[in-house]
Amino acid sequence: MNARFTPSRRAVLKGGALTVGFALAGLPVAAKAANAPGRPLDPTQVDSFLEVNGGGTVTVYCGKVDLGQGLRIAMRQIVGDELGIGTDKIRYVEGDTALTPNQGRTAGSNGIQQGGVQLRRAAATARNALIALAAQKLDRKPDDLVAVDGAVKPKAGGTGVAFADLLAGKAFDLKLDPKAPLKDPKAYTLVGKSLPRPDVPAKCTGTNVYIHDFKVPGMMHARMIRPPAIGATLVSVDESSVKDLPGVQVVRVKDFLAVVAPDEWTSIRAMRALKAQWSEWSGLPAQDQLAAALRNDTAVSDETTVNKMVSGAPPADGAKTLSASYFWPMQSHASIGPSCAIADVRPDQATVWTASQGTHGNQLTYARFLDLPVDKVRLIYMEGSGCYGMNGHEDAGADAAIISRAIGKPVRVQWMREDELGFDPKGPPQLIDVKGSVTPDGRIFGWRTEMWLPKSTRGMPYIPLLGPAAAGLDLTNGLNPGMVAQNGDPPYAADGLQVIVHWLEKTPLRPAPLRSPGKPANCFAVESFVDELAAAVGQDPVAFRLRGLTDPRAVEVIRRTATLLNWQARPSPGPGKDAAVARGRGMAYVHYKHNEAYVGIGMEVAVERASGRIKVERVVCAHDCGQIINPDGVRAQLEGSITQTVSRVLMEEVKFDRSGVTSVDWSSYPILTHSDVPKIDLDLIDRPETPPFGAGEAACAPIGAALANAVFDAAGIRLRTVPFTPERVKAAIAGRQS
Amino acid sequence: MPTYDLNINGRTRSAESADPMKPLLYVLREFGLTATKFGCGLGQCGACTVLIDGQSTRSCQTTVADAAGHAVTTLEGLGSVAAPHPLQAAFIKEQVPQCGYCTSGMIMTAAGLLARKKSPSEAEVRSELDGNLCRCGSHVRVVRAVMSVAQGG
Repeated sequence: MNARFTPSRRAVLKGGALTVGFALAGLPVAAKAANAPGRPLDPTQVDSFLEVNGGGTVTVYCGKVDLGQGLRIAMRQIVGDELGIGTDKIRYVEGDTALTPNQGRTAGSNGIQQGGVQLRRAAATARNALIALAAQKLDRKPDDLVAVDGAVKPKAGGTGVAFADLLAGKAFDLKLDPKAPLKDPKAYTLVGKSLPRPDVPAKCTGTNVYIHDFKVPGMMHARMIRPPAIGATLVSVDESSVKDLPGVQVVRVKDFLAVVAPDEWTSIRAMRALKAQWSEWSGLPAQDQLAAALRNDTAVSDETTVNKMVSGAPPADGAKTLSASYFWPMQSHASIGPSCAIADVRPDQATVWTASQGTHGNQLTYARFLDLPVDKVRLIYMEGSGCYGMNGHEDAGADAAIISRAIGKPVRVQWMREDELGFDPKGPPQLIDVKGSVTPDGRIFGWRTEMWLPKSTRGMPYIPLLGPAAAGLDLTNGLNPGMVAQNGDPPYAADGLQVIVHWLEKTPLRPAPLRSPGKPANCFAVESFVDELAAAVGQDPVAFRLRGLTDPRAVEVIRRTATLLNWQARPSPGPGKDAAVARGRGMAYVHYKHNEAYVGIGMEVAVERASGRIKVERVVCAHDCGQIINPDGVRAQLEGSITQTVSRVLMEEVKFDRSGVTSVDWSSYPILTHSDVPKIDLDLIDRPETPPFGAGEAACAPIGAALANAVFDAAGIRLRTVPFTPERVKAAIAGRQS
Repeated sequence: MPTYDLNINGRTRSAESADPMKPLLYVLREFGLTATKFGCGLGQCGACTVLIDGQSTRSCQTTVADAAGHAVTTLEGLGSVAAPHPLQAAFIKEQVPQCGYCTSGMIMTAAGLLARKKSPSEAEVRSELDGNLCRCGSHVRVVRAVMSVAQGG
């Protein structure tokens, strides 16, 4: 098995300082699974993040995890520059509750902007300490020294001292100084370069070990048996239905039902063969009444999240007032690989290998439902199939833990396709009403957004998971949709601006943050409505937006977006709107969360009137996320954000009946395929002197509006309900509101 | 227990299975060839694609009994980090994978296409790969990588 470890993971296993819970040389798995003594985990301490090794290397301990978005190289670039060491000399450990400090969940596009900046300060603190040590040792002034290539050397030249020799086997024993002076960005030689991601060669040759591929000795394979209706309870199980399958065990804990087998295929056969009887349940609203159900929900609390003054000046003559309602459906993470985890639960401790984006947060949750002390529960991150917030990874880990405890052996659980699309927590439905007025010369006034959204359960300490809930284990349940109310107000000057959120106490299916939580829908409503206002007064959409903006970074991304599209100024719709294949262009803009990346998205679309089919031909994006750590990494994230969100807008909607999700395979929950992926052109604006913002989510937000605006420009129809299916397009052409 | 002889990546291997319907996917993974991934078990997503006698095939839809006696090639058999197949080299150069869970299937489907057509058009490449789903949005890079090999061939 040890041959299957990647070098970075092997690198953890140096000397006796670290106790690692998985077997490498035939040692019993999880023999020392509890949090290893010796590794500092306090995020206020430099040693928690950085360890200087003999042999000229440094180990970075990162609480944020790499899901394919490139943190493994980006963090090395940040630390390498700030500390003064090459990326090839940096070993890397991520997302292990026993080894890495808690830097919070890898979410909200905060990997670099919070986690990376924290590591940068740790490295700066460490560098200053190393230079001070070298100054003593070399009898020179600190200002005459520089940290480079893993050593502190005189700037004037001459022999230096390696980091390890300066520390002489000791730890830094230093508080992380959040104000430690950083290097001048002009001195960076790694940050700003498109260094390749270290995991890519293994992923292209089949040697990358995903959680799905990982094995521990004695591991059993399990499959979950889900109820046919999501609120059903388990009435009875006929264990004799699997008696002919060798080595199969049935695990039942209240309404939690699983089968276990020595090999994976047998567990799948047992899953299919097992007969179980469940109660009836049909508590979901009718799908076609979902928007009405949200609007009429009486269990609400209202919050005014934005309330900007109105001048009281009377509207100019000829002002127009519009109102519109927008809807975004429930959507799935739709991960290509169903969620998977391995757990080894002993009476006094537990180890869980998981692809969770929040190993540390889940440590508390798992300790709670397993009724173990937190420091006896260890979660170890291993890469899984792409996740974009919270898919079923956490649930699969809990499933594995519950089964492992029941049978006293390590257990691997992998969900089936229907589990993943049926039971992953969903991006919640969003209903958004907008009302506003515009003067003939294009000034916005009296803007009011109303949203119907599930309310995050305040202060919820534990993440709601399926397994513990079914098994009746102790876990506070609640809703965790993410920060879904952001960007509900336009970023443009407006005389009078109000956002009211009707917080709903429940939502049909369990919610979770899904890439750019809430913002694709909110920006869809806001930036579509801005276009509607511009059209109402016959103004060019780009000029209309620029009029209301003063922030030069905002102005620049919009101008660059227009340039990428070779934008010809004119009001929408365009002149060819009645053509059989109507072509048009549209754009949308977001200042993400009003304080992070600036993004302009432009699109060229073709609308086939007869079929109702929309073809997105080209997407352009001007993107300012401040200092760029790795340009190719940012490009990959933008390509992903654009492609995934075009898919969500054109095609994706979770289908359900009164009992549960019915879109449980790729024919009932289709996603965009190669032939329909648009050409993508990007314009990255690098601002090395400003803080880095996240690049993994922001470009998702304007996609829906840019697409809707392009469709309006092309065909003169306004789409306000996602997804933009051919049926909806045809209905809009026929004059029926979708 | 019945055994089935397969030629996997040029090597003869014997697979034991009580069930002749066991999908090739699990046989491969139990041999430690884990590049080939379970995605749907329905033949819809392409994550489990391998070459059988040179043709790209869904290993989740191929039984061990049907695979017996045939030549199976997986991503591991195509090449290695030290000696990559031209498609693997192109995928590395273009930095294609994000999570990479679909990558093996993408490369194997492309290998099957290039085996029967040396210089496909971009539209043909896209069409061939329509049965391989990706959620991270690596598509534009997949196509760029495959086209770089197609034109090179």
